[in-house]
Amino acid sequence: MTAVTATLTPAPSAELPPPASPRGRGLAERLSAYAYIAPFFVLFGVFGLFPLAFTFYVALFDWNPIGDQVFIGTDNFTRMFADPRFWNAAGNTVSIWALSTIPQLLLALVLAHVLNNARLRFALFFRMSVMVPYITSVAATAVVFAQLFDRDYGLLNWLLGLVGVEPVDFVQSTWGSHVLIATMVTWRWFGYTTLLYLASLQSVPRAVFEAAAIDGAGPWQRFRHITVPSLRPVIIFTVVTSTIGGLQIFTEPLLTGSGLTCGAVRQCQTLTLFLYEQGFGQFEFGYGSAIGVALFVMVVAIAAINFVLSTRIKADR
Amino acid sequence: MTSTTTRGRRPGRVRWWTYLLLSAATAACLFPLYWMFIVATTDTATATEMPPEVVPGGNFFHLMGLVLETVPFVQSLLNSLAVSTAIGVGQAVLCSLAGFAFAKLQFPGRNTLFVIVVLTMTVPTQLSVIPQYMIMSELGWVDTLQALIVPGLASAFGIFWMRQHISATISDELMQAARIDGASTGQVFWRIAFPIVRPAAFVLGLFGFVTAWNDFLWPFIVLKSPERYTAQIAIKALQNSLDVDLGLAMSGSFLATIPLVVLFVIVGRRMVAGILEGAFKG
Repeated sequence: MTAVTATLTPAPSAELPPPASPRGRGLAERLSAYAYIAPFFVLFGVFGLFPLAFTFYVALFDWNPIGDQVFIGTDNFTRMFADPRFWNAAGNTVSIWALSTIPQLLLALVLAHVLNNARLRFALFFRMSVMVPYITSVAATAVVFAQLFDRDYGLLNWLLGLVGVEPVDFVQSTWGSHVLIATMVTWRWFGYTTLLYLASLQSVPRAVFEAAAIDGAGPWQRFRHITVPSLRPVIIFTVVTSTIGGLQIFTEPLLTGSGLTCGAVRQCQTLTLFLYEQGFGQFEFGYGSAIGVALFVMVVAIAAINFVLSTRIKADR
Repeated sequence: MTSTTTRGRRPGRVRWWTYLLLSAATAACLFPLYWMFIVATTDTATATEMPPEVVPGGNFFHLMGLVLETVPFVQSLLNSLAVSTAIGVGQAVLCSLAGFAFAKLQFPGRNTLFVIVVLTMTVPTQLSVIPQYMIMSELGWVDTLQALIVPGLASAFGIFWMRQHISATISDELMQAARIDGASTGQVFWRIAFPIVRPAAFVLGLFGFVTAWNDFLWPFIVLKSPERYTAQIAIKALQNSLDVDLGLAMSGSFLATIPLVVLFVIVGRRMVAGILEGAFKG
């Protein structure tokens, strides 16, 4: 066999044509690569980048969609910073974000650690179950949770009543509404986060866990000293994405409270809801855009912090 | 050699509380859907009774009738189906094409353009809904389904994900062989590259479908007339009449969730596998 190959090797592969040079192809053929990537750039330019730039422009105007557009410089921003409704919305957004992110990430950490056990039975069933909330729409979730958390007829208050707790008004009270919205967010995302962590954990060699177990490390020690440190980059990633998502939270509060203010005293109005209220409720496109700019700046700041953090982590290792 | 001996008796046996914890998590995930079904099949009086009803009632068809009377719900489901399918298929095809170009074709500016694609993933375009609405208004697309479909047809993340898959699965030798046989770039893509990465494109399309099906903010802004509503906006419309009948909003939610649950039962495995491959970190 080897001999045959050896004798054949020197023979020139005369029947194979040389690779076609780019010049041999038509112009259309050479430009086709641009045609393949063009749809994305056109769509992103028209529906992503341009609107973003235009937000900054509109924010400088007193802009009514059916009336005049008057240039007012930075007046919208001065007005926004003096507007207690803006700070209320910002506070609500942060509060709901913290209440939803912290339990969600802790839960996901524990579940991912547990799901990473190679001997676990029904692993696929558990993995699929935690993804069910992800495929359930926010609108449907909000309807169910509003019912479960209802003050008078809700299952949760009934259960609380059994142990002697006074019914909580989850919709009308500030803390109650934040807890309700945060529960919805946590419910929807914790399974997805769990699978992200599990994906990352699976790249840790199993031998590391096994060696630790042989050396006598219990489940808690393995969790603390192997699972959590090896997940640090993906934990930072999920904190950042959940923060960016949290800044944009809209549907849950809209469907929980009554309308755009999310309750009589704006107790659960978030920044995006406030943006929508000003833009499409009051038709103040300029003021609404100024809120959009503020949100954009916050998102960019968080992304920048993330960048610094992740480069620092790489440098540490 | 040591590894083969330890593999037989791997430490870290599963404790009972592991199953307890996972069962609790599973119950928490599934219970709201079960509860949705319960309330969607009983009348308001039973639904608000304590202790609660735990078996489905016989009111399902009556409530469904009410749902269909209140909003054109069948139409809204069809709208959702059209929008989500278009976006899922669009993303699968357009992102495969672009991913193929970035992975396998040589052209000036390739690397710069790819960096731009990746950078756009970090741009939060959702915050500029007001100008987006103005553009749709200029195009005359307000209150149309293409206002939902067109912006969602291609995604930066999808391009990134398809490029990774194409780089990993399609060798340069295969490309060259096809070229030598005289195939044009288009033929190489459709006959060779796309069939190989179709599973990856399918998973991408599924996530596009689910995201589009469950989208709320943008349809809520753009759609005006009830016959254009997607299922999510129809739920919102039903919720406005919540004081009239509690079961009504719940039935609508149930009706809008069922298609996705069915889809998930069929393809959920592949979606989970997609995440575990590290696909959807974007």
